[in-house]
Amino acid sequence: MDQFAVKVFVRLRPSVLDPAGEATKSASIKLGAEGIKSLRIGKMIEVKIEGNGENEVREKIDLLCDRLFANTVIEDYEYSLEKL
Amino acid sequence: MDNFTIGVVVFPGSNCDRDVSWALEGCLDIRTKYLWHESSDLSDVDAIVLPGGFSYGDYLRCGAIARFSPLINALDGFVKSGKRVLGICNGFQILTESGFLPGALVANKNLNFICDDVELDIVSSKGGWFNNGDEKQTIKLPIAHGQGRYHCDSDTLKKLVDNELIALRYKNNPNGSSFDIAGITNEKGNVLGLMPHPERACDETIGGTDGLHTLKSLILK
Repeated sequence: MDQFAVKVFVRLRPSVLDPAGEATKSASIKLGAEGIKSLRIGKMIEVKIEGNGENEVREKIDLLCDRLFANTVIEDYEYSLEKL
Repeated sequence: MDNFTIGVVVFPGSNCDRDVSWALEGCLDIRTKYLWHESSDLSDVDAIVLPGGFSYGDYLRCGAIARFSPLINALDGFVKSGKRVLGICNGFQILTESGFLPGALVANKNLNFICDDVELDIVSSKGGWFNNGDEKQTIKLPIAHGQGRYHCDSDTLKKLVDNELIALRYKNNPNGSSFDIAGITNEKGNVLGLMPHPERACDETIGGTDGLHTLKSLILK
């Protein structure tokens, strides 16, 4: 069995308003940071998982992302995978 | 309706289960039974309410973890058999997460947790959940949510409008919901999800009775 470290990024779809991102952008500007054009907040999920090779692990992660980690009505996801 | 029993689902973190039960039993004299989320036996209930609260602490997303409970898994057959399911607030979020209703509920536009009475237009009386006469009717119900902004894509919205699946719309949209949507039904009409709390408007002493009709309609066949 191979073990993989997976980092999943879940983001609100561009069409979905992100009020928390807007509030954080506003605070960033108050802090004095200049030039911020856009700020959106997502989630990062770290998973350590084992399986027989990368393809099998990708299948499992795809299922997890599609059915649990992200709600694809409002969110997109992508992930990176590193063999340990 | 002698033996008609309404199942009130209890998840870890539900906090309106007793309110729903009180409103059904105390105000309407309808028998209720609490259903623990790990139960998948729905054979002795005739309708189901998914109450408000914070199931599983709202971890990941509101309603996202509840979707995987044995009870929600068993709900598919219950809904297909035509029995009625009412999802209130967190219950509505669970119904969208689990695909019984389209769209999703996301953080309120102004990020505030809003606890207020709101005026609602009854748009459709599909399923008989609302008392909608010939004239346009308005009711007042309380809302209490931080993540009640209904969102769906334009195709879904068109489908909701075309098929008369929008049950309630806010008169003064408090949370930024698409098309002012406060509640929707499935196509068959036997599943209703709404952010307002009808169970908190079932007695004049607590500010109104506009929620009675919706709870009473749980016993419709």
